[in-house]
Amino acid sequence: MDLSSINPAVLIASLMVAAVPIMLAAIGELVVEKSGVLNLGVEGMMIIGAICGFITAVETGSPFLGFIGGAVGAAVLSLIFALLTQVLQANQVATGLALTLFGLGLSSLMGQGYVGIKPPATGMVPFGPLADIPVLGRVLFRHDPMVYISIGIIAAVWATLKFTRMGLIIRAVGESHDAAHALGYKVTRIRVLAILFGGAMAGLGGAYLSLIRVPQWTDGVTAGAGWIALAIVVFASWRPWRVLIGAYLFGGISVLQLNLQVANVPIPPEYLSMSPYVITIIVLVIMSSGRGRAALNAPAALGQNFHAAR
Amino acid sequence: MFTLEKRPSPSQFWIWATPVLAVALTMLAGGGLFALLGKNPVDAIRTIFWDPLFGEFAFYLRGQLLVKAGPLILIAVGLSLGFRAGIWNIGAEGQYIMGAIFGAGVGLAMFPTESRWIFPVMIVAGAFGGWLWAMIPAILKTRFNTNEILVSLMLVYVAQTILSKAATGFLRNPEGMGFPGSRNFSSFPAARNTDLIAGSGMHWGVVAAFITVIAAYVLLQRHILGFQIKLAGQAPRAARFAGVAPTRLVVMCLGISGALAGLAGMFEVTGPAGQVTIDFASGYGFTAIIVAFLGRLNPLGILLAGLVMALTYVGGEMASTNLGLPSAAIQAFQGMLLFFLLAVDLLSNYRIRFLKGRAV
Amino acid sequence: MTTGTELLRIDGVTKAYPGVVANDNVSFAIQTGEVHALLGENGAGKSTLVKMIYGLVKPDSGTMRLHGQPYAPSQPSAARTAGVAMVFQHFSLFEALNVAENVALGMENPPPMRELAARIKSVSEEYGLPLDPARMVGDLSAGERQRVEIVRCLLQDPKLLIMDEPTSVLTPQEVDILFKTLRQLAAEGTAILYISHKLEEIRALCDEATILRRGKVVGTCTPRDVSAKEMAELMVGAVLTPPARAASRDWGDATPALEVTGLSAPSPIPFGTSLKDISFSVDRGEVLGIAGVAGNGQDELLLALSGELRGAAGMVKHKGAPIGDTGPNARRAMGFVAAPEDRLGHAAAPDMSLVENALLSGTIRKGLTRKGFINWGATKAWAAEIVAQYDVRTPGTWVAARALSGGNLQKFLMGRELSQAPEVVIINQPTWGVDAAAAAFIRQEILNRASDGAAVVVISQDLDDLLVVSDRFAALNEGRLTPPRPTKGLTVEEIGLMMGGAHGMEVAHNG
Repeated sequence: MDLSSINPAVLIASLMVAAVPIMLAAIGELVVEKSGVLNLGVEGMMIIGAICGFITAVETGSPFLGFIGGAVGAAVLSLIFALLTQVLQANQVATGLALTLFGLGLSSLMGQGYVGIKPPATGMVPFGPLADIPVLGRVLFRHDPMVYISIGIIAAVWATLKFTRMGLIIRAVGESHDAAHALGYKVTRIRVLAILFGGAMAGLGGAYLSLIRVPQWTDGVTAGAGWIALAIVVFASWRPWRVLIGAYLFGGISVLQLNLQVANVPIPPEYLSMSPYVITIIVLVIMSSGRGRAALNAPAALGQNFHAAR
Repeated sequence: MFTLEKRPSPSQFWIWATPVLAVALTMLAGGGLFALLGKNPVDAIRTIFWDPLFGEFAFYLRGQLLVKAGPLILIAVGLSLGFRAGIWNIGAEGQYIMGAIFGAGVGLAMFPTESRWIFPVMIVAGAFGGWLWAMIPAILKTRFNTNEILVSLMLVYVAQTILSKAATGFLRNPEGMGFPGSRNFSSFPAARNTDLIAGSGMHWGVVAAFITVIAAYVLLQRHILGFQIKLAGQAPRAARFAGVAPTRLVVMCLGISGALAGLAGMFEVTGPAGQVTIDFASGYGFTAIIVAFLGRLNPLGILLAGLVMALTYVGGEMASTNLGLPSAAIQAFQGMLLFFLLAVDLLSNYRIRFLKGRAV
Repeated sequence: MTTGTELLRIDGVTKAYPGVVANDNVSFAIQTGEVHALLGENGAGKSTLVKMIYGLVKPDSGTMRLHGQPYAPSQPSAARTAGVAMVFQHFSLFEALNVAENVALGMENPPPMRELAARIKSVSEEYGLPLDPARMVGDLSAGERQRVEIVRCLLQDPKLLIMDEPTSVLTPQEVDILFKTLRQLAAEGTAILYISHKLEEIRALCDEATILRRGKVVGTCTPRDVSAKEMAELMVGAVLTPPARAASRDWGDATPALEVTGLSAPSPIPFGTSLKDISFSVDRGEVLGIAGVAGNGQDELLLALSGELRGAAGMVKHKGAPIGDTGPNARRAMGFVAAPEDRLGHAAAPDMSLVENALLSGTIRKGLTRKGFINWGATKAWAAEIVAQYDVRTPGTWVAARALSGGNLQKFLMGRELSQAPEVVIINQPTWGVDAAAAAFIRQEILNRASDGAAVVVISQDLDDLLVVSDRFAALNEGRLTPPRPTKGLTVEEIGLMMGGAHGMEVAHNG
């Protein structure tokens, strides 16, 4: 066992990277759920984002276009979810599962010719001398742009939900679609747009996995990250900044367990690698057993379909 | 444009016609997908849906159908009870794995004893393993109100790491020269799940699946518990009014589906798979979700749906060897089937009215 | 009242839904500064008509004119821009949002939140409807919620204010305050379209009335000049006989059939009302009426009596035996039946057939299962019996519950509970959303059960229900129950005070 090989600064820096995919997917899902829709297809959208982003980046040579491709690909997939649940009134849980199963299959099909290829590298944001500050520079100023963009998205979602009319309308629709409809808001349209946003965010997160975090294409590259993103929304009790905390917490655990495996800690590696999932369960239990508060903050119309009867 | 109009009562015709329509639409869309992959769509669809039943090798492949359908039906019937009650166990894959590990573990512990009691004990152990794994989300839900969807799913990943530990560690074949994987059950007759009629594919797991279908049918049609399950799913508050205890229902539904998934895993590992390996779990637990919906959460429907889904597996393998169709295409194809099913499902509860379009 | 100029004219408006013509060639006009009543029974087409004026529904044919100009709002925001505002009966507030946010959602161009909060405070006080803009709507009483809706409308200087059954959530004292506010508004020139089926209110408030029956205008009148009875006959289309009650008799029981002592329980419903120290008792053959404005613990009280909400054993006693900790089926075995307010979703499963819905609560008392196996034959026969005896209009017992009209479903559900030879009957809102004929029938059935010797508790927000059926009367107010008093001789003022008076509302000061 050699714990001295673990450098705290590197650890923090890499947990920030590890957190990005789930943070993006979770903040997207947060908006979706705030509008009253439960999309369990995050895993499927993420992996479609991963492969679409990967293919786009490899074919164009541009990581930037890759991220766009990932976001678009997953958003198109989420459109199927929107069509089924919002127009055709399908059950949201079942449709979400279908999205995941289909996404896993389709991504593997699309990725046939792309196994073992290296994607074009994404550079660091040039912070110049800031990056050379000891410890702090390594932690804060030596990252790819997506690390900062993802935090920016959290801030933007927070501000939008809290301060803007659009945010108010999204929250209102998620609270009671009947009341929102009675006041003349287009419930279905608002929800479809939220679902598309959620899809695009999950796609960005997926593309980050295949382009930067891993970085290559393998079948099932998301390995449950989409599900963990769903858990983080619950952990965050639907508050944007807590998504950031949750994602960092989870990123920390997954980075730490890898480091511990490398450091030959006398715990069987299998048990270390299951730890993120076990800890997710424990966190879910803690959050939901505090009954009431977390439950009350959940959008009241979450998961219910809306059909304007008369 | 069209508008949806809710039917006063669900249409009996469409309830049964929608799965058929969904399969047909999936064939069309799947054909398109295969065409995109540069395959002849007619050939591909025929290879998948026709050849295993009536083609050259049908005598062998029909047996394979039962082998694939058995675990799918077993798991899907269990899941359907929970789905009807609004209890979403989507971690059947994990329960399937744990059933296999428990069943195989108990059997291997008794190697090389020969007794006719070994296999029955293994069956009980397999069901227990799956049940135990499903009790985790059940207890967390009833005690702490934790979302069973996420917990049961997380436990799939945990089960997979336990599986790889089993294959490389505590269940590894001591005579396997260090290769991962347990002792093969083909060399352990007392613990083997063989074909009851040689070459038919009819092993104990398939028998269990048929029995389960009948039992579930009786439960849902005739028994008050079945009624309570349906009631809890459709109108939870009405269920409480009717005196249904939600906690008991959660424990029961998750317990049954876990035990059935565990059974399926146990029958698979001792029969068709033959040993515990790292890649033992092949996704039956997830595909069974599709089977449950395709069968309209009705046991008899699930029986048919399991056979159709088995057809896509067997036919998919054929298409993969004969036509070079990537095996991932079948997975996408199955996912597509669920989409179409959910989409056309609306026909049973809504009437579509097309608005008179103005001539342009 | 000075008559103003014509504000809104509805001309030959028709709207049909599959199977029903909601509005058939409806015409009427409203002047500025007029309080105009739209009178009709449940299902007469009032709601559809106002939804068209508010832009939620488009008429199939006919025209509307506002200020003499053609008026055809494509959506509510267009209606709001044109000066039409609406206070809804249900479904237009968001419980988890605060008052200011709720108000902002109903406005076209709301000012920034801080400014809006200040305006809410000033307008609400000007009209005697005090409100705290930062409070969560879920924590407000039903009357306060209505104030939110009214203030939301007032902030937009409406020319026409539509009010849909506004008094169903108010105590008599609160009704007086509301009427003062409305008269003040009318005096300032706002036209008010007032929807109701309560005749005395309309006589007290409205200048003109249009009466609808089955989607058609069946009459217009000046409410002050005609009697309530004349309006009732126009509205219902028939003369109704009040229910008859048998002479009370002594059943000779030493202990009351149902006794509740110190019942307290937290509400299991989000934003619900906890029950606080409730005590009462009901003897055989007696009807206890429990009044109260919506959201004062009615649902919770029903849950606690039916066994869905359990507490300490001694809080509820049946013939002296403590049963407060038993579940619904154990209580059914003892002779309890209960009918919750919410028919679709609580009392009945909407997508299940009438047969299955009969089984839902009849399993125990009707012996419909043996060793857990269902006797479908007996269940079908019983469901058919209910349909026949309680005059439920349905094509058959295989029909899904949601396919029945509100009144027919209520008759079926009442029949289901009352035909189980009950010893204790608990009913919440027996006649909610039911037409007058069905309401009279249901009240009669409740009285019949009491004369058969059942102890009956009727919880209702409709004072008419309670005054007709109950021997003793109590009221729920914020989860507390007043001591029951004999119904005979109670005045409306006394009843109003029992219900909590005006809930801290101030009388409008004319300014």
